[in-house]
Amino acid sequence: MENSQIIRIESLVKRFPMGKGEFTALNGIKLSLGQGEFAGLIGPSGSGKTTLLNIIGSLDVPTEGSVTVLGRSIGALSAGEAARLRKESLGFIFQSYNLFAVHTVYENVEFPLLLLKYSATERKKMVTDALDWVGLNDKIKSKPPQLSGGECQRVAIARAMVKKPSLVLADEPTANLDAANSHNILKTMVSLNRELKTSFLFATHDDKVISYLRRKIFLLDGRVDNDVIISN
Amino acid sequence: MIKFLFKGLIRDKSRSRLPIIVVAVGVMLTVFLHAYIVGFMGDTIETNARFSTGHVKVMTRSYSDNMQQIPNDLAITGISSLLNDLDREFPGFEWSPRIQFGGLVDAPDETGETKSQGPALGFGMDLLSGGSREPERLNLQKSLVRGKLPDSPGEILLSETFSRKLKVNLGERVTLISSTMFGGMAIHNFVIAGTLLFGQEGLDRGTIIADIEDVRMALDMKDATGEILGFFRDGFYNDDLALSEADRFNASYSSVSDEFAPIMKSLSRQGGMGTYVNLAKGWSTYISLIFIFAMSLVLWNAGLLGGLRRYGEVGIRLAMGEEKGHVYRSMIIESVMIGIIGSVFGTILGLSFAWLVQEYGINISGMMQGSAMLMPEVIRARITPPDFYIGFLPGIAATVIGTMLSGIGIYKRQTARLFKELEA
Repeated sequence: MENSQIIRIESLVKRFPMGKGEFTALNGIKLSLGQGEFAGLIGPSGSGKTTLLNIIGSLDVPTEGSVTVLGRSIGALSAGEAARLRKESLGFIFQSYNLFAVHTVYENVEFPLLLLKYSATERKKMVTDALDWVGLNDKIKSKPPQLSGGECQRVAIARAMVKKPSLVLADEPTANLDAANSHNILKTMVSLNRELKTSFLFATHDDKVISYLRRKIFLLDGRVDNDVIISN
Repeated sequence: MIKFLFKGLIRDKSRSRLPIIVVAVGVMLTVFLHAYIVGFMGDTIETNARFSTGHVKVMTRSYSDNMQQIPNDLAITGISSLLNDLDREFPGFEWSPRIQFGGLVDAPDETGETKSQGPALGFGMDLLSGGSREPERLNLQKSLVRGKLPDSPGEILLSETFSRKLKVNLGERVTLISSTMFGGMAIHNFVIAGTLLFGQEGLDRGTIIADIEDVRMALDMKDATGEILGFFRDGFYNDDLALSEADRFNASYSSVSDEFAPIMKSLSRQGGMGTYVNLAKGWSTYISLIFIFAMSLVLWNAGLLGGLRRYGEVGIRLAMGEEKGHVYRSMIIESVMIGIIGSVFGTILGLSFAWLVQEYGINISGMMQGSAMLMPEVIRARITPPDFYIGFLPGIAATVIGTMLSGIGIYKRQTARLFKELEA
């Protein structure tokens, strides 16, 4: 399934100012991710998972080294270009869903398409498809407060997937879910990964998530400690 | 996108209802206060206009120079012709000749000997011709304490206080002792038709009112009058128009070399009224501006709170690729919507309250006892064209400025912290 590279990272260093000195969060990361991968950044707190996800998601820039996502060098992007990359090609799934509470399920999923200026007809079809993928077409008029945690996270997945991005970045997506819901969510994402060939990159230390990954990138103290590809 | 934002606004009560209520209340107060100030200041001006100055006043140049002395020997003559000219050339005014005069009122006893006497300030005005608006203008009917308005020649009205001082009753005869237009002694008898309470000590102390024809006869002022008062037909003083009309009249009629040539003066150019008119203009503007400023601070604060409350929503929008400028602009569009809706409601409410106070007024006669000023006893708001839009200034500008200032945080926000913030 995996073929062309969508992420290429060379000698990535990320330092943050801390007091009078600096703290090195990432130290010489070298990594690549192909299209259609289902991979996870695994490590304890402080290992650099979220920092790396931030940089890949064009929310932050490297201190040294290069990070190329979908052919664009993150360090060289302006704020507007970075926003455009996120809008057009990246999907985000957060631990705490971050849905718009006053908008319906349909409107939440529709939002990324409004940013991309799709027509109403196109939006309707794409939102319906996305809600089909996550099995929530019967809840289109519900609002997030009326949904369970699992349903909310499925809405978040539909919102991340509706524009068919090349890469979905998920930060601890099951942290707020019970075991049954976590498995349901993960199965949904595996299914979408296979059907749409969308690459998924998780930041997690949840065993349930890890068990579904086909590639496990272990981080420790800002370095890649181990990179394990699980054969199908 | 606008539809999305609008739905959010409508459904999120704390994002719409509360700010709209804040804006509406602020705008309502701004509109009402402006109408009230304009009404209050205007009422005081109108009271003076009705009793003394008119909106404009025509008199001779010499009379104008000595107006405080009420010099009827310098009165305008040939007024029938002048009134015709005024009606023709200045149709925007209603013209009313008046004679002010001073004198002594003598009340005799049954034997004809003087029972009591007192100094009087008299007004001669048109009371008996059918179409006269003078009684209405001076609110004479409602000011009657006893008796009736004069309905035949020789009848007179006295202030109630003055009648008590003279110990005279309705139907009794009093004698006015004054001087004629030509400097001779004038003695004329009147029958008391009614007594009045003006509510102002200056007028209640010793005012008499009689029909102008009787006064002409008493003071030997045939086809003459001391003053011709002009009142704008809409009933409200307009200083700019009054000044320009006076200039137009004076250019045609007035002559520097002729002390008996007529001259027209606007209300603002009589006595100390100019200062008051300027004060009225200034105060209504200053008070409105102070209020607008205060409202802006309140609404800015509301915008700030709204911006802080939506921190998470803005964060997710930035993470999903919406540009900071777009988020910022969308929040401003929302604030414009809130400002417009709040301003419309606030203006409607403000105008409604102002209309009530304009129609029914607030009676302050209790506070006016003993006052020597010509001030109205009933304070009324006055709705003017600015009241229809003045509220939109603080309503929209303050909301938008508040949102713009609070929204600066969007530009300062580091996207690198979004994941952390959104997990919080």
